[in-house]
Amino acid sequence: MKFFEHFGNYTMFLLGLFKRPERFKVFSKQTLHEMSSIGVGSFGIVSLISVFTGAVSTIQIGVQLVSGLVPDYMLGTFVRDSNIYEFSPTITCLVLAGKVGSSIASEMGTMKVTEQIDALEIMGINSANYLVLPKILAGVLTIPLLVVYAMVLSIIGGAISGVMGDIISVDEYVRGLRVDFVPFSVWFALIKATTFAFLITSISAYHGYRTEGGALEVGRSSTMAVVYSAVAVIIFDYILSDILLGA
Amino acid sequence: MIQLKNIKKSFNGKIVLDDISASFYKGKANFVIGASGSGKSVMMKCMVGLLDVDQGEIFYGQDDFVNKSYEERKLIRKEIGMLFQGTALFDSLSVEDNIAFPLRMFTKMTQEEVLDRVNFCLQRVNLSNVNKLYPSNLSGGMKKRVGIARAIALNPKYLFCDEPNSGLDPLTSRLIDELIKEITVEYNITTVINTHDMKSLFEMGDNIIYIYQGKKEWEGEKSLIRSSGNTRLLEFMKASEF
Repeated sequence: MKFFEHFGNYTMFLLGLFKRPERFKVFSKQTLHEMSSIGVGSFGIVSLISVFTGAVSTIQIGVQLVSGLVPDYMLGTFVRDSNIYEFSPTITCLVLAGKVGSSIASEMGTMKVTEQIDALEIMGINSANYLVLPKILAGVLTIPLLVVYAMVLSIIGGAISGVMGDIISVDEYVRGLRVDFVPFSVWFALIKATTFAFLITSISAYHGYRTEGGALEVGRSSTMAVVYSAVAVIIFDYILSDILLGA
Repeated sequence: MIQLKNIKKSFNGKIVLDDISASFYKGKANFVIGASGSGKSVMMKCMVGLLDVDQGEIFYGQDDFVNKSYEERKLIRKEIGMLFQGTALFDSLSVEDNIAFPLRMFTKMTQEEVLDRVNFCLQRVNLSNVNKLYPSNLSGGMKKRVGIARAIALNPKYLFCDEPNSGLDPLTSRLIDELIKEITVEYNITTVINTHDMKSLFEMGDNIIYIYQGKKEWEGEKSLIRSSGNTRLLEFMKASEF
């Protein structure tokens, strides 16, 4: 029952975002600010995660390709596909669910408990539209770009660990990258990233916006935002894979 | 002038405001007093539209705030300034941007005009050289002043102050009181103040409304309070050691 209550409130919250929009100039300024915060602010962590994800996937797949029945260059193909289809969008978004999700929820929660949201409402500003919609839009615009960046870095990371570990040569790795490349795989990753971005930003904002109480509740909202965002990412990962790749 | 007519508000069946009617006069400091949990803050939130009343009417001049559409309420809200208990300054904005915020949202002022108005409001609350500071860099008293400056930025007709003295030392409390009183008289606005502070009430109060457990127990001028004959009000005053 609690789930349905949350789902109903979340749906109402999303509908409320689009009512009574504020001035476009103010809205666009807010969105640019949020894009900088979400996008530029996440470059470091995404770079680190991506390089190591690619590096680890090369080592682990390399260990399993010892039979000699599979050509060496296929390692590049497997690393490419595993990173583009799954690791880059999903792991990046899970990390962003922690970083961006907790940041949004705690910011909104603090604004709620310190009456800053009430101050906006008294001025006649639709606080959800003014505060939340720019965050969702910024997330939907920047997180897919971060995922593309993560794809590139993970493939580079895979090459570095392959060469450094003497697992595969650069030429063989690049040959593998080019074999049977399906452009839709990138579109698939972008569709996933866009969906995950919407889920992370909207779920986190929802939890932050409905915070009542004090510092303890802000912390609780932040935790709930991260947990529910991560769970939603995993569930939608399965749903989108089934819809877009299933037979 | 603001008039409340028979307003009722309850949460989960618990009545918080029970048939309250009251008047708040222009150019006067209208005090709402009562113990914690008596319903003062809920009443103020209903008056500014943060909470919807279950029943009753709230008139701003001739305009019935309760039965207006969101857009119509927005016009009235532009005439309202509010000083929150915790000031509610936007943490991510500088002092200057906090005060400029309503001006940028609701007026077509040029950047220069906005800055002129911000500086005027800051001077009015006796603050200078704080434009670029952030709320976290300010003391409690300075935050209250910036809160007042933001509240008067749009030249409001109505000023609401929720516990303006809470968390302040006695001297700063008096300065904030004086400032609110001066602004009320100078701009001839209707000021509504929620407080427990009886010293403030006796120094600057004009019209007093006493609420007890969601009901209006007494309303009248400050000079009549001691002869009100209302036992609960007199006990409340006595408990406040005044």
